[in-house]
Amino acid sequence: MKIIKYLKSLTLKELLNGMTVTGKYFFKRKFTIRYPEEKTPKSDRFRGLHALRRYENGEERCIACKLCEAVCPALAITIDSEMREDGSRRTTKYEIDLFKCIYCGFCEESCPVDSIVLTDIHEFHFEGKDKNVLDKQQLLAIGDMREKEVANARKNDAEYR
Amino acid sequence: MIWDQIWMIIWTLLKIVAIVLPLIIVVAYLTYAERRVIGFMQGRMGPNRVGLFGFKLWGLAQPFADTVKLLLKEIIFPANANKFLFLMAPVITLATAFAAWAVVPFSDGLVLADINAGLVYILAMTSLGVYGVIIAGWASNSKYALLGALRSAAQIVSYEISMGFALVGVLIAAGSLNLTTIVHGQAGGIGHWFFIPLLPLFVIYFISGVAETNRAPFDVAEGESEIVAGFHVEYSGAAFALFFLGEYANMIMISSLAAIMFLGGWYSPFSGDSWIAQPSILWFFMKTGFFLLLYLWFRATFPRYRYDQIMRLGWKVFIPICIVWIMVVAVMKVYHVGPWF
Repeated sequence: MKIIKYLKSLTLKELLNGMTVTGKYFFKRKFTIRYPEEKTPKSDRFRGLHALRRYENGEERCIACKLCEAVCPALAITIDSEMREDGSRRTTKYEIDLFKCIYCGFCEESCPVDSIVLTDIHEFHFEGKDKNVLDKQQLLAIGDMREKEVANARKNDAEYR
Repeated sequence: MIWDQIWMIIWTLLKIVAIVLPLIIVVAYLTYAERRVIGFMQGRMGPNRVGLFGFKLWGLAQPFADTVKLLLKEIIFPANANKFLFLMAPVITLATAFAAWAVVPFSDGLVLADINAGLVYILAMTSLGVYGVIIAGWASNSKYALLGALRSAAQIVSYEISMGFALVGVLIAAGSLNLTTIVHGQAGGIGHWFFIPLLPLFVIYFISGVAETNRAPFDVAEGESEIVAGFHVEYSGAAFALFFLGEYANMIMISSLAAIMFLGGWYSPFSGDSWIAQPSILWFFMKTGFFLLLYLWFRATFPRYRYDQIMRLGWKVFIPICIVWIMVVAVMKVYHVGPWF
């Protein structure tokens, strides 16, 4: 019996079997996504960089109710508010610290006027030590830039909510 | 008279450059091919990014980027290391790896030094390569490097024996130590090549060659998982690049020797008078390339041998089989069996 085992191992059968497997994999399809050129599709619920939206007439949506500030589990949002000339309550300061933010999306869920949203932007960086805090102007600018995509994503997702 | 000699030296130097430069480029692309082939076998893409002038070219510029990176890096000397030996070790490895190429016939008459004991010269050169490894391990003043060097030395010395015995079979079959003569003995199509009567020796030769060059699955000398990188753990920058170059040059060496001694060197596998049956340097390159692919294929397939398994395989399996088959070859030679003898 032992002799047969030795003779079998001398034919290198098992080694050749292993090489057949790797040889087959050589020609198999590769599933790697070549990232910057190819991208995986993103969900409409993707939670990326924040933005503040406006109404169609250009009026900012945020009414400084501070629900997002209250709900934020990471205390990343800071809001100051004041009465504007026309008597409405508006924010004077709306800051998000991106280092603290955990991208949970609670701010968006809590917002009664759909003002603060998380866009699908996930490729961003800072070029300075103190650039991690986004102020109101920057957030509004991001919102103006991505309004179409944001509105579209909310519309597509609405029927599943 | 004196001018003839000077011209002779210059001509020889030119021939050396003509061998070494393409060899270095092939080594560079062998590293690329290795990463690419192993990547494909593991369901990955492998390096496909680095290109030239904005064109990606499937990552074909990768070896040059690697070379530039290695050459620009700092060479770090470990504390209390023997600086002279530390720098000499990679030079020894590389010099012996390149020197062996002097006697390799690429095609009929296309050889730098057509000496009559070419095979012995090659065995001597590849054996000397182990000094580079041992000295590197010792001069590094590091326990990992020393362990790696000891493992490597024991392994190379063991497999040298079975490799030498496998070559004895070739010597009996060809009746010569000269590599060109050995190839001439295999003229006349695939049926005349030595790998058929010497099949066990052929397999043993190539497996021993893999062990000799410290390649997977016999790479305990490097053994990333237990001794980090073995003998070259303390090397960086250009010194590390030399080790790399030497290792891959040795791989190509073993592959080309297998092609020369067992697969009929530059002869075509077909017989007859058509264009495809003509002997050509391209056949030699194709055969060498086949063995290089086997090297990469082995690395993608087999897990590393345990140290005692390596020793058992070398001493208790390969050497007995070699001795038995040498006797078989001798008998075949005496009775002029087949088209080979």
